[in-house]
Amino acid sequence: MTERLGCTPSQTVGPFLHIALPWPDGPFVVPEGTAGGFWVRGRLFDGVGEPIPDGLIETWQADPDGRFDHPDDPRGAKKPAIAGFRGFGRAATQADGSFEVFTVKPGALPSPDGSTEAPHIDVSVFGRGMLDRVVTRIYFPDEADANAVDPVLSGIGDARLRSSLVATTCDDGSLRFDIYVQGAHETAFFEL
Amino acid sequence: MTEAIRGAGALVLPHYPRLPGVHPLLDSPDYRSTRLRHPLLPPTDLPQRLTEITGPLLGEGRLDDRDADLTRQHDSEPLGQRIIVHGRVLDDGGRPLPATLIEIWQANAGGRYRHVVDNWPCPLDPNFDGVGRTLTDSHGRYQFITVKPGAYPWRNTDNAWRPAHIHFSLFGRAFTQRLVTQMYFPDDPLFFQDPIFNSVRDVSARKRMIARYDHDATQAEWALGFEFDIVLRGRDRTPFEESDDND
Repeated sequence: MTERLGCTPSQTVGPFLHIALPWPDGPFVVPEGTAGGFWVRGRLFDGVGEPIPDGLIETWQADPDGRFDHPDDPRGAKKPAIAGFRGFGRAATQADGSFEVFTVKPGALPSPDGSTEAPHIDVSVFGRGMLDRVVTRIYFPDEADANAVDPVLSGIGDARLRSSLVATTCDDGSLRFDIYVQGAHETAFFEL
Repeated sequence: MTEAIRGAGALVLPHYPRLPGVHPLLDSPDYRSTRLRHPLLPPTDLPQRLTEITGPLLGEGRLDDRDADLTRQHDSEPLGQRIIVHGRVLDDGGRPLPATLIEIWQANAGGRYRHVVDNWPCPLDPNFDGVGRTLTDSHGRYQFITVKPGAYPWRNTDNAWRPAHIHFSLFGRAFTQRLVTQMYFPDDPLFFQDPIFNSVRDVSARKRMIARYDHDATQAEWALGFEFDIVLRGRDRTPFEESDDND
């Protein structure tokens, strides 16, 4: 085994992240107007249920065919069929803790153990007062069967925590996904 | 031995081993704002699958020279000590990470950010935004030209001051590698009282957040050089690179 270099530690984004990290097109995983596109909206809360107004949400996901335009995908990098699909979304939280990203539903993914991962979106949460990101996943409410056998979701023993990762559908067709960093409604987070 | 992941579909994925003891604990009471902003429940193990071993490869075609030179973003130059911050982005196997996006932000020379919630009595500099971006080159190298940020007070405790620092945001090439950190300057007398810097408990890991004064990078009659290498979590060797182990 070759010797490994020591990694650089994480530090908080602090309260001034807004001067650098939000991009004008940050929330657009797919361009505005993309067919099948929808908003994922939510709010970020602290341990006493107060909104976190200085947080940053980032999302990463497969395209609707379940592919990544990335050389490390052993199935091969594949250009997405949707023009302008970036796979990545970024949104700073607002004064009321709210955030939103515009995206399309990712496809299901094969897993090395032969199982299938239900469609999901990986999420990183950064904020003032958070010395490292926390990681969670968004699952889809119309994928109950796939969610039931998803190897990651079924690795969470507690039913309330499991359900904290499934977004809810709103009347306007958007999805709602609130994130509770701490407390009675605490979202399920992952050790990556 | 790597955790070789292989299955019926012969899908073999790289694996990024965890880094025990490197990153600060989210529950770091000396930094008071962590109190209500750290999860209380233990995290669930997330096996690294396709979504985690891939990541956004961003930035090509979106940047120009002035993005990496924070002293040339206005008609005149900002006040302060001009510095050159350069280094490499590597994984912990020593492999350079080419074409990866780096974003930085910082206070001006007096210690004030151009941000609506920063209103301590220190002037803004009309010639300084404190925001930069660049992509590493094919050898994982990057360089910013900026001014040395000032220290600034904050309300964590009585008479608390943040040591001078530059915020760095990096993507690497996989979701597992995403990192936001802060670069500090050598021999800062404010280190002893800063709970953010000291939230990294391991002394050698903490030192990896401190840039090195680099006289070779210092340019005569122009700017001081600092070297700051950033090491991201790396991949285990893939089964293909392992010695033969027949299934």
